[in-house]
Amino acid sequence: MTKASSVALPRIRVNGADEPLAAATIAEFLSQRGIDPAGPGLAVALNGAVVPRAQWQDEHLNEGDRIEIVHARQGG
Amino acid sequence: MNVVEQGPRAADPLVIAGRSFSSRLFLGTAGYPNQKVMLDAIAASGTELVTASIRRLDLSNPEEGIVDLIAGRADLLPNTAGCQTARDAVLTAELAREALETNWVKLEIIGDRELLYPDVEELLSATDELVRKGFVVMVYCNDDPVTCRKLADLGAAAVMPLGSPIGSGLGIANPHLIELITARSPVPVVLDAGIGTASDAALAMELGCAAVLLNTAVSRANDPVAMARAMRHAVEAGRLAHRAGRIPRRRYAEPSSPQFGLVGS
Repeated sequence: MTKASSVALPRIRVNGADEPLAAATIAEFLSQRGIDPAGPGLAVALNGAVVPRAQWQDEHLNEGDRIEIVHARQGG
Repeated sequence: MNVVEQGPRAADPLVIAGRSFSSRLFLGTAGYPNQKVMLDAIAASGTELVTASIRRLDLSNPEEGIVDLIAGRADLLPNTAGCQTARDAVLTAELAREALETNWVKLEIIGDRELLYPDVEELLSATDELVRKGFVVMVYCNDDPVTCRKLADLGAAAVMPLGSPIGSGLGIANPHLIELITARSPVPVVLDAGIGTASDAALAMELGCAAVLLNTAVSRANDPVAMARAMRHAVEAGRLAHRAGRIPRRRYAEPSSPQFGLVGS
């Protein structure tokens, strides 16, 4: 990857970390990371609003998007 | 009324937002030595409702969630632990609703990181918003009768005053306030936080609490499974004692044996 193309690549923020945008939809992003979109206890917020699971296939990612991917874990 | 013959469980269910519980003990799922001990403790406690937290998934190393682990053993009550603003707590609750397909939430908003003390202003705002959005809101809050009443007025399904700071094991610092809250609350009062050992849980119930929510006292005990069993019995004993009605306190002795026919009289 040349420096010019890396500068030009759109970026998104995922769970607080900056990274290049390489997926068209939320579902595609999860699949790329080896996360089963049908797995239990998962939820996704895009720019501060929850995206229902049924919309993960359709919800497109855009430059500058802030994504939160959370799951239920042990807690008090 | 003979509460024992009626049976402490069959005759005396806890009802929160229309849902009936036979166990008055809610258990946290954090900090156990391992998952087997946690699951055994849940079984030993008899609880029907355990808490879970909502956290960012570690994308480089996705660890096991709690849903499959707990499935069939208890229902999950997601919390908003760690949130410091109403805005973050509401988003966390909404994520929890999506993740766990439940509209129940333990609302927790912290106003002081060292004390983990609730932020009343944020709690009132978040409770109002979450109730309007259709959530069943159980609020971790101060042991303050006015705060508890305001939360109930806003539609909280239960108020959950702290006994003492989270994880401190200091027990119920102000039993008088807890008793005032339970005597006046229009919604169930769940003692949340501060329980150290079984007698603290029994006291909470004797003071009129509808249930007890605890975590560290069990998860960090030397033998968590045995402590879970102790808590189950303590909560049942305390509830029975509350319903049975304690004797009044006296300043001087009141002989329990007959005072006539004494030898040598």
